[in-house]
Amino acid sequence: MSDSLSREVMEYDVVIVGAGPAGLATAIKLRQLNPAVSVCILEKGSEVGAHILSGNVFETRALDELIPDWKEKKAPIKTKVSKEKFLFLSSSSSFSWPTWLLPAVQKNHKNYIISLANLCRWLGEQAEALGVEIFPGFPASKLLYHEDGSVKGVQTGDMGLDKQGNKKDTFEPGIEIHGKVTVLAEGCRGHLGKEVIQKYALDTGKSSQQYGIGFKEIWKVSPEQHKEGMVMHTAGWPLDHNTYGGSFCYHAENNQIFIGYVIGLDYRNPHLSPYDEFQRFKTHSAISKILKGGKRIAFGARALIEGGLQSLPTMYMPGGLLVGCDAGTLNMPKIKGSHTAMKSGMIAAETINEFLSNNESLSGYAEKFKQSWIYQELYKARNVKPSFNWGLIPGIVFTGIDQLLFRGYLPFTLKHSHADHETLSPANEIKKIDYPKYDDVLSFDKTSSVYLTGTNHEENQPIHLQLKDTNLPVNYTLGKYDEPAQRYCPVGVYEIQRDKDDLNPQFVINAQNCIHCKTCDIKEPTQNITWVTPEGGGGPSYANM
Amino acid sequence: MKILVAVKRVIDYNVQIRVKSDSTGVETENVKMSMNPPDENAVEEALRIKESGKAEEVIAISIGEEKAQETIRTALAMGADRGIHVKATHDVEPLAVAKILQKIVEKEKPQIVLLGKQAIDDDSNQTGQMLSALLGWAQGTFASKIELEASAAIITREIDEGLEKVKLPFPIVATCDLRLNEPRYASLPNIMKAKKKPIDNYTSDELGIDVSPRVRQLKVTEPPKREKGVMVADVAELVQKLKHEAKVI
Amino acid sequence: MSVLVLAEHNNTEIKSSTLNTIGAASQIDQNIEVLLVGNSCEDLANKIVNIQNVNKVIVVDDPQYQNPIAENIAPIIISLANNYSHILAPATTFGKNILPRVAAILDIAQISDIIKVESKDTFVRPIYAGNALATVQSTDEKKIITVRPTSFEQAATEGGSGEVEKITFDLEKNIVEFVGREESKSDRPELGTARVVISGGRGLQSAENFSMLNAIADKLNAAVGASRAAVDAGYVGNDYQVGQTGKVVVPDLYIAVGISGAIQHLAGMKESKVIVAINKDEEAPIFNVADFGLCADLFEVLPKFSAELDKLNTIQK
Repeated sequence: MSDSLSREVMEYDVVIVGAGPAGLATAIKLRQLNPAVSVCILEKGSEVGAHILSGNVFETRALDELIPDWKEKKAPIKTKVSKEKFLFLSSSSSFSWPTWLLPAVQKNHKNYIISLANLCRWLGEQAEALGVEIFPGFPASKLLYHEDGSVKGVQTGDMGLDKQGNKKDTFEPGIEIHGKVTVLAEGCRGHLGKEVIQKYALDTGKSSQQYGIGFKEIWKVSPEQHKEGMVMHTAGWPLDHNTYGGSFCYHAENNQIFIGYVIGLDYRNPHLSPYDEFQRFKTHSAISKILKGGKRIAFGARALIEGGLQSLPTMYMPGGLLVGCDAGTLNMPKIKGSHTAMKSGMIAAETINEFLSNNESLSGYAEKFKQSWIYQELYKARNVKPSFNWGLIPGIVFTGIDQLLFRGYLPFTLKHSHADHETLSPANEIKKIDYPKYDDVLSFDKTSSVYLTGTNHEENQPIHLQLKDTNLPVNYTLGKYDEPAQRYCPVGVYEIQRDKDDLNPQFVINAQNCIHCKTCDIKEPTQNITWVTPEGGGGPSYANM
Repeated sequence: MKILVAVKRVIDYNVQIRVKSDSTGVETENVKMSMNPPDENAVEEALRIKESGKAEEVIAISIGEEKAQETIRTALAMGADRGIHVKATHDVEPLAVAKILQKIVEKEKPQIVLLGKQAIDDDSNQTGQMLSALLGWAQGTFASKIELEASAAIITREIDEGLEKVKLPFPIVATCDLRLNEPRYASLPNIMKAKKKPIDNYTSDELGIDVSPRVRQLKVTEPPKREKGVMVADVAELVQKLKHEAKVI
Repeated sequence: MSVLVLAEHNNTEIKSSTLNTIGAASQIDQNIEVLLVGNSCEDLANKIVNIQNVNKVIVVDDPQYQNPIAENIAPIIISLANNYSHILAPATTFGKNILPRVAAILDIAQISDIIKVESKDTFVRPIYAGNALATVQSTDEKKIITVRPTSFEQAATEGGSGEVEKITFDLEKNIVEFVGREESKSDRPELGTARVVISGGRGLQSAENFSMLNAIADKLNAAVGASRAAVDAGYVGNDYQVGQTGKVVVPDLYIAVGISGAIQHLAGMKESKVIVAINKDEEAPIFNVADFGLCADLFEVLPKFSAELDKLNTIQK
């Protein structure tokens, strides 16, 4: 649609995109530092928390600094980790790794099992109480720039466009929101974050970013199988030793178990289906015995960022900052990103406050970041993920030396060798994977799963998964990689359909099912798919993820 | 002319509801809530009537816990002028809701009261009709079209057999079908403006209405799973079974 | 005390929903009276007395009751209410329109859309569009209930031996002007209320193929529906979609053709009384909910199905 349309403009000192832990911490800290700073947060989900998905074993360090009396303020942080277990799985057995041999970063006894979505809801309340304006259901669809090239703010998405992009009767144009500073806190692979990293070449001299796809289900299990506070991780089966990944299984309150699986998106086999790996993982005897007699009550998936320090882009630009996983502050060996996301937001807030009051440059963010404990953490963790590029066993051996003996202070930094979209081998060079049928007890098909996410998008709107070349999937990706989108998408958005004689393949995009995980935007071998924001409020409605 | 619109806060229609394991109800903790969908049609219709110059004021009312205010704010953000919140600590049954609305109607004296045809949580489909009876007004239920004349409304009703038209002299109660209109989006500037619009607060006690439940909810369960049936060999067998066994054709 | 059932009719014929409601009433009390409010409906009254368990038909026969105006019918029920322990009406747009007015004036909490009678005061009713069932107990002395027709057997139209009682009722005022009724113009019933629904999925593969369903729909007086996949593929418009949240159908017969049975679709039709699935994939989840499954190529099945229905109709004629 034409942009000659004159749009309403709202002005804030600080515009934050995304009401996740990073964005909310930024907003809270800003208002704590200076209640006169006007702050708004745009959130594409229909409410705060609706698009939040995380394991999550929570380290309270950042929250202790931000809201020291969080206990009195009834933060939804209750289940203290009471027991830990690490299992290596083979197809038929499991081997428990002694916890004293686990690197310190994987010890969780001071941490809590939480729902990050609920924590964000609570943080949202805290932010609003401090005068932050949160607008759920309003995605920041594009960035606005000043003539000098600095970030001016964002434009919210137009509402009421039909499939072809024509205005419907209900058309409501997006508005411009200008800020002295724009903070991008969209989470992993934010579409605006991606734009600024490219525009300002923020990743110059850095390793390619690394991603993973994470699945999570919530199960209500029988009380006999439930040990509140228990944290278990596994590695090994069903993945082969060349594929990076593992599971988590957290025993939360109310006989609920948070069970999930993370797979590095640098996997090589185009026939691999992350979704199916997770589904069959649950059928392992060590896992199925926990779930037996239980009931799956929630499902979700989201890409996460794994590149660590060597992939972390410059986090400031003229008029803007990147915080949390929009930049990539997750600590992979720790399997935690919430506390670092929050801390990065708090540092951003300090930087912005100085910028607004003394006109100090936003580049101070880099120095503050380097002085903080996040940097220390990420520095020590930096070599773990790339070492697994050599395979599971060498990775474990190296990590043991790196983390147990040298505590992360080895005098070199391993690089990530490839971007995730470059790693697939041609389909005919690698064996197909024969996944078992879903049993409807432990494993389920994609449609039943997406149903549990409460995902919906207004049907008649432009497709928010855009193809740069609409013919490429059938003309190239299908032949070379057997169109892996059919498998890497966790909810079956992408399908190849053929006619009744099994001819004339067509690439179909069921955009309505999209749960905003961003995997397609990351993994598509030619980067042909671009995820953009759909109409506000669309996407999953996660409750306690 | 004033229009009163009743709106209810319900579990969002996209959320897959989950029955509590102790069978006492449905899980609502941390579940996304929003305005009952046909109530949005009611708000939209009221706004369209106002915009056509036939009404001066649109008042949105909700009855329920503190957070029902959010639903009123949604109506205000769409364009309603002011809100009324009648606070209640538990679910209020349709009859008590109708009695509360009756009291508010007596205070505010609207010519038109609009409601959604039914709430998607309890699916009772009673409140509008009950309010209409208590007030002794005419009712236009399941409205898919509302045309206003000087002293009456012509309402097209969605009935099982098709459509029915009735002409009702003011004042009237109408309950809105999803086909009545397509509700507008609340724009961001209007959401900001809505924060400053007034909401009057009442309690059911202040209005003198007893809201204690009259129907005991003994248990809430999941619907039984459907059993897998039989496979038939061919079309002829299928038709025979439908005709003689199931008796549905 | 007995049970009063409000009859839904068109002055010459009783609607089947009334028979279902009498079926439900029989589970509460075998002593049933029917209220028939209409115009020139004497013949109909004489038919209703033959319905099983109907002891009496109370007839209010007057030109002003030609059309079922809730504001006019409710006062009649209220005037008779003293004699009954239960007042029932079908949970159709007819019953839903009238009965809450009665309940409000009598200060009774109505119980809507029951699907099961547990006892004289306890009933099961669907909530959240059938995604949960609530068992509820009325604490009011008198019960006012609407009944979901498809959940109860119809009472037999023979075997009863009731009497007809004619009464008159003077309306204080008639404030409603009935302008007109437009029964669905299309030959096909509305998706939401049809007794039979035939739905197509992506198995039909094109808009042209999808129209194959129309021929069968016409023969069965069925509405045509579609799965989300078929709508997404552009075979038919959005208004055909079954199972999108909010669009739930509960017909007596649901025929799913080339629909795999995605859970969103199942949620929209699984309460149907009888489900038929036609799909060539024997693993399709739709078979798990189907009463009758036919694993075959739909392009072969549809013409045969049509032909079989023709045979059936010929025999009937």
